Amino acid sequence: MLDVTHQIVCLAIPGKIVEIQKDHATVDYGDGTRRQVNISLVKVKKGDYVLVHAGFAIEVLSEKDAMETLDLFREMLSLEGDV
Amino acid sequence: MHVCGTHQDTLVKNGLDTLLKKCGIEIGQGPGCPVCVTTPKEIEEMLLLARKDVIVTSFGDMMNVPGEQFSLRSMKSEGCDVRMVYGIEDAVKIAVENPERGVVFMAVGFETTAPTTASTILNKPPDNFSILCCHRTIPPALRAIIEMGEIKIDGLIEPGHVSTIIGTKPYEFLSKKFGVPQVVTGFEPLDVLMGCWMLVKQIQKKEAKVENEYKRAVHYEGNVKAQKIMNVVFEPCDIKWRGFPIIKGSGLKLKQKFEKYDARVKYKEILNEIQDKEFHEPEGCRCGELLRGLISPFDCPLFGQVCTPDHPVGPCMVSIEGSCNIEYRYSDH
Repeated sequence: MLDVTHQIVCLAIPGKIVEIQKDHATVDYGDGTRRQVNISLVKVKKGDYVLVHAGFAIEVLSEKDAMETLDLFREMLSLEGDV
Repeated sequence: MHVCGTHQDTLVKNGLDTLLKKCGIEIGQGPGCPVCVTTPKEIEEMLLLARKDVIVTSFGDMMNVPGEQFSLRSMKSEGCDVRMVYGIEDAVKIAVENPERGVVFMAVGFETTAPTTASTILNKPPDNFSILCCHRTIPPALRAIIEMGEIKIDGLIEPGHVSTIIGTKPYEFLSKKFGVPQVVTGFEPLDVLMGCWMLVKQIQKKEAKVENEYKRAVHYEGNVKAQKIMNVVFEPCDIKWRGFPIIKGSGLKLKQKFEKYDARVKYKEILNEIQDKEFHEPEGCRCGELLRGLISPFDCPLFGQVCTPDHPVGPCMVSIEGSCNIEYRYSDH
């Protein structure tokens, strides 16, 4: 999953914080992959979903906003042919 | 236009570019690939340091970008100590493990990556560690591409992960000053379609504003903590982008108080050797025009012929964020 040989410079991968150790946390990517990630750029707690880029969590993902986006997707798909 | 390799990947991988073209929407990738916009001179600086017994470290894709004669990877086979890293913290670890050697990390990337560099510098890495700072920022480049006027841009799909850091505010001047509709967009196929739909709606209504499709990860003000850390460590500078002239205020350099971590200060005498030397694009390479959105990979006679991912001529074929590499991987070349 985290292919070092072809690491995309702007790619960020979502993962779940499972354990916090000072400036670092263990992040679970959901496929069994776990990695140590630097959390100095964000304020996180155990259980949060974060976007991870180049070994750093860069933002906490919002479940509420994700749900709203799914609603907008449904709206867009229901308007097929209008645009 | 969009400015992100991950958007291009989503568009081409899922056939959305072809589909949208049928609807009259053409989307091109502008200068949105950090590896691609890094200049030949910056690559030569790293190659020179590698020749002088410094341990040089870099992200994977950067290793394969050809310089005038060598790439970082080929320097490795010449016996130089070149190491690929996943992120800057891996490079610091190498410095800790090799206290008697100089270790330089090639710090490429836009606002997504720059805070990781800033945070690491603030964390006081060992004195034998330094960075060759090649960070660049997106909004000044967008301004430059619009002001150059070579192509007409009806709307901009703004990069989701750059925006995670900077928020949506720094794009507003582009809509106000140049009347360009913009949508900050995520990377799933439906995100990209949604971004296009939102842009089309703005165009239909003759509006020009910044909208945010990627609300689950991007907030209006961005990641303020990351911005503060960046502002402590970096200051803006003028910098050249591959295919572009110098773009005012589009680079980041270490502030003077952190110059002990600046490879251009630390290895000034070595790098002076090439200070005034001009380095050119590889012969026949049209990456520059591609990065300015003027051509597609198929317009380049080298594409898929002499320039392939195994034998890249220019960086757009090297990086998996580069248009040529993406096109080559998914098309029936």
